[in-house]
Amino acid sequence: MTETNNSGYDDLLAAIEEGTGYYVECENGHAAFPPRRICQECGSRQLAERLLPETGTVITYTIVSVATPRFQDDTPYVLSIVDFGPIRLTGQLRGITPDEVDTGLEVSSFIEEPEATDDPLVVFRPP
Amino acid sequence: MTAVRIAGASETRFGEHPGRTSRDLFAEAGLGALDDAEVSSNDIEVVYYGNFMGELAEHQGHQGPLMADAVGVNAPALRVESACASSGVALRQALEGIRHGKRDVVLVGGAERMTNMETAAVTDALAIAADDLYEIRAGMTFPAAYALMTRAYFETYGGTREDLGYVAVKNHEHALPNKNAQHRSEITVDEVLEAPMIADPLGLYDACPISDGASALVLVSDDYASANDLDTKIAITGAGQGSDRLSLQGRPTLAQTRATTRAAEAAYKEANIGPDDVDVAEVHDCFTIAEPLALEGLGLYEFGEAIGAARRGETTLHGDLPVNLSGGLKAKGHPVGATGIGQVTTLAKVLNGSHPRSDTVPDATLGIAHNAGGTVASATVHVLEVTQ
Repeated sequence: MTETNNSGYDDLLAAIEEGTGYYVECENGHAAFPPRRICQECGSRQLAERLLPETGTVITYTIVSVATPRFQDDTPYVLSIVDFGPIRLTGQLRGITPDEVDTGLEVSSFIEEPEATDDPLVVFRPP
Repeated sequence: MTAVRIAGASETRFGEHPGRTSRDLFAEAGLGALDDAEVSSNDIEVVYYGNFMGELAEHQGHQGPLMADAVGVNAPALRVESACASSGVALRQALEGIRHGKRDVVLVGGAERMTNMETAAVTDALAIAADDLYEIRAGMTFPAAYALMTRAYFETYGGTREDLGYVAVKNHEHALPNKNAQHRSEITVDEVLEAPMIADPLGLYDACPISDGASALVLVSDDYASANDLDTKIAITGAGQGSDRLSLQGRPTLAQTRATTRAAEAAYKEANIGPDDVDVAEVHDCFTIAEPLALEGLGLYEFGEAIGAARRGETTLHGDLPVNLSGGLKAKGHPVGATGIGQVTTLAKVLNGSHPRSDTVPDATLGIAHNAGGTVASATVHVLEVTQ
């Protein structure tokens, strides 16, 4: 992949890797991930960084058997959306067999890599 | 506002045409629509063309003038890209000029060429309708996205893979006499359940096929129809479009599709109708779960109630509300950029009595077409009525 930086997003992934993941929140409590200049819910432009909670719960997941070329060496993998309270994040669930995955599972976020590349990948693992 | 009348409607067979360019597919559909309308290409004032992945499939940008040229039109032309809702969105734009009295004759359509690519490349191309940063880089595919929505729906409202199997079985049955359909074969619920998994809980038979195809409509004003003595008993009386967050993670619920509801409310208001007035519907069933999500978003069912509609027989050709008499995306096929106009083509023919399934709804006078893009981050709804 190229070295092009996606400001906001790359910074967030670096922070998650350091254990200091964050999101932005407006004064009315609406949360979003960067890059963001205006609250989608209320139009506020007063956005402040808040720490991403250490753990969240799996609200939905799928076991992907047919992948895009980037993830063909990873199949089957578990893709999930995790609810961290104020905000939700999408990533791959590792450290648990697909049979054992269920909604409600408590996980923490990490940055790992797909099999075939060294691109950063959002990963969730049971704490 | 002036009424917008459908003077001509046409589509290619949806399916595998791996050697045919999209310009050739669109020429077949566009010229078919002009012939159906008995309108000269010289009268077309503007061309709207829906397409999603032409850059990836054919290395082709700047498709508006290319497609106008393909149908012998020298007029302003533009391409509309809204993922799988590309031609639904193109249609909503195309209506505006006639409604506001600025245009009399407009050609609108769409096309997609997909089967010239390997499955992995098509999976990659379709995935870019999702959020590149927060979804694709995490391993999202379109089947995966709908699988995430399926599990969320089951958790919220209940439902089973078997319920979804009945949607696939129904739409395959509907497609049997449709010569433009990709799959004209009956399947069973057991076959759906036993098919290989693509993204659990969705299997191969929960998914629409990969298709090539094109579709087109000739739209005219009342004045033009009268002056040229055209047969235009079908009018588009309402149009609506809605948006939602592009990424699933940004939405408060994955068990409802807000863009569909927003589009439906706008379209119903324009047409001065309610969901109870709908006789027949073509909805965007790219995956089996998408059909109940659409029926609920459209207000045709309460949330949580449409999952069993096909199983109960309510949405079959013999039911009270036949849905996807064409076979839907599931069996008719889904050449992405052609799908939205293909739905309207189907409804126009169902309502004017010239569709092979028209005889199952002889009293139908009002139909709606629901086209969705991505994970329904875009949706359009169009209301068609028999007006003479």
